[in-house]
Amino acid sequence: MREVAILGIGQTVVDEQWNKSLKEIGGEAAFAALEDAGLQRAEALFVGNMLSPLVSGQNQLGTFFADWIGMWSRESVKIEAACGSGAAAFRAGLMAVASGEVETALVVGVEKMTDKAGHDVTAALATAADADYEVEQGVSFVSLNALVMRRYMYEFGWKHADFAPFSINAHANAVHNPFARLHDLITLEQFEKSSMVATPINLLDASPVGDGAAAAVIVPAEKVRGFAGRPKVTVAGSAAATDTMAVHSRKDPMFLSAAYHSSRRAYEMAGIGPQDIDVFELHDAFSIMTALSLEACGFAERGQGPRLGLDNEIRVAGRIPVCTRGGLKARGHPVGATGMYQIVEVVQQLRGECGKTQVDGARIGMAQNIGGSGATILTHILRATSD
Amino acid sequence: MEIPRHWRLKKQRYGLVGEVCPHCDYKIFPPRDVCPNCGDEAKDLFTFSGKGQVYSFTTIYEAPTGYDSSAPYTVALVKLDEGPIITAQLTDVEGSSVEIGMPVEMVTRKMRDDGDERGILVYSYKFRPSLLVPQAHHPAG
Repeated sequence: MREVAILGIGQTVVDEQWNKSLKEIGGEAAFAALEDAGLQRAEALFVGNMLSPLVSGQNQLGTFFADWIGMWSRESVKIEAACGSGAAAFRAGLMAVASGEVETALVVGVEKMTDKAGHDVTAALATAADADYEVEQGVSFVSLNALVMRRYMYEFGWKHADFAPFSINAHANAVHNPFARLHDLITLEQFEKSSMVATPINLLDASPVGDGAAAAVIVPAEKVRGFAGRPKVTVAGSAAATDTMAVHSRKDPMFLSAAYHSSRRAYEMAGIGPQDIDVFELHDAFSIMTALSLEACGFAERGQGPRLGLDNEIRVAGRIPVCTRGGLKARGHPVGATGMYQIVEVVQQLRGECGKTQVDGARIGMAQNIGGSGATILTHILRATSD
Repeated sequence: MEIPRHWRLKKQRYGLVGEVCPHCDYKIFPPRDVCPNCGDEAKDLFTFSGKGQVYSFTTIYEAPTGYDSSAPYTVALVKLDEGPIITAQLTDVEGSSVEIGMPVEMVTRKMRDDGDERGILVYSYKFRPSLLVPQAHHPAG
């Protein structure tokens, strides 16, 4: 397998984009990434998306987008792994280029969520869980995370307020990201008083959904030169792992074993360990997931994830900065697009384009995208090189 | 449209019929083709007692389509006495009275109707506070 680089990136704002359709949103990010790469089109297209059949009544998104962006006759396919669809599509594009089969791959993560009412979207999101044995019991996706969070607080002795720093940090960083859904600072008091969604998860533990798309162009690393102000960004590690579909089937529902396995494989591939990661865009769909991700990826001991938030270690200037562009919590969570936002944001960090939330001297960044309640987890490690 | 699906699940929903692994004796619910404990083939049926305790729980305020009218309602991870954990609604409880570790037992209850279109009533297992274990905050009924 040959080394691969990310030549171009693009993204749309995450928002309720009433005036734009699924294709316009995805097209906007695709064209932005192609322009950033200096290309008109790519040899193959990979589309990450979860909900288009349920929310937009549209399937076959591969061809749908190839047609829209003028890539007629080119190979294109949609990849679905619930909220992990974005990174799953990225990994598919990566393997296409790394194998030598394709010279340029365009990957677009896209989601249009606001064409249906809230409870219908809640039901659509629940399709990420086990239909017969979770969803049939009236489970929402939030509630699965709530079940994990309640048990975690019970076993490890944390209070709800101990998770506040994760959300406060995400909101503080999103203020400086023009593509973010939310641009408001939040306080501990607001965090504690926010309206309840599924106990103990309230609105400020949870990420807001939205419409959005993010994209990247992948090419062989040997064809890219880094230059002053814009280093070459290569993919140093990529791995995917699965866990049981249902939370109740796990030997330990409070451990993200797929995060453990995919991060360890990605570290090994990159020849590094967690101590070498300068910035980590993790999948903070809910505050509990931040804690579990930090633990499974080797940044905290079991049950000690919230400590990193309370000690300010996750801030931009901290030991392991997370959600530097707002994370799912405040940048927003357009589910099947989220994995590509994370990749784009890590590239921005490695290029030094993040302004007030720039991590000083960031050279190695990690993006981790989760599908379902920990069922599919993909980890990517990107590295800036100056050659 | 969904009639065969509900029909196929009747043993699980009404009788809590899972499996016992013939190789390692691990109790399995819901049934699956491969034993999650030893990785060998699983196929022998096993009927669970329906007794267990609350491993975790949540009260849902924002419900998916079809469950809106029931909200708020409480869903739990119930650890069955025979080992496995299952996801199930709790019934006959006030959300505030539920605790981790609380003994519960299976009952059959209506889950939801299939909307006005077909009017299928879906019944399934739910769990209520155990009537056989007297507790200060859950008086034996």
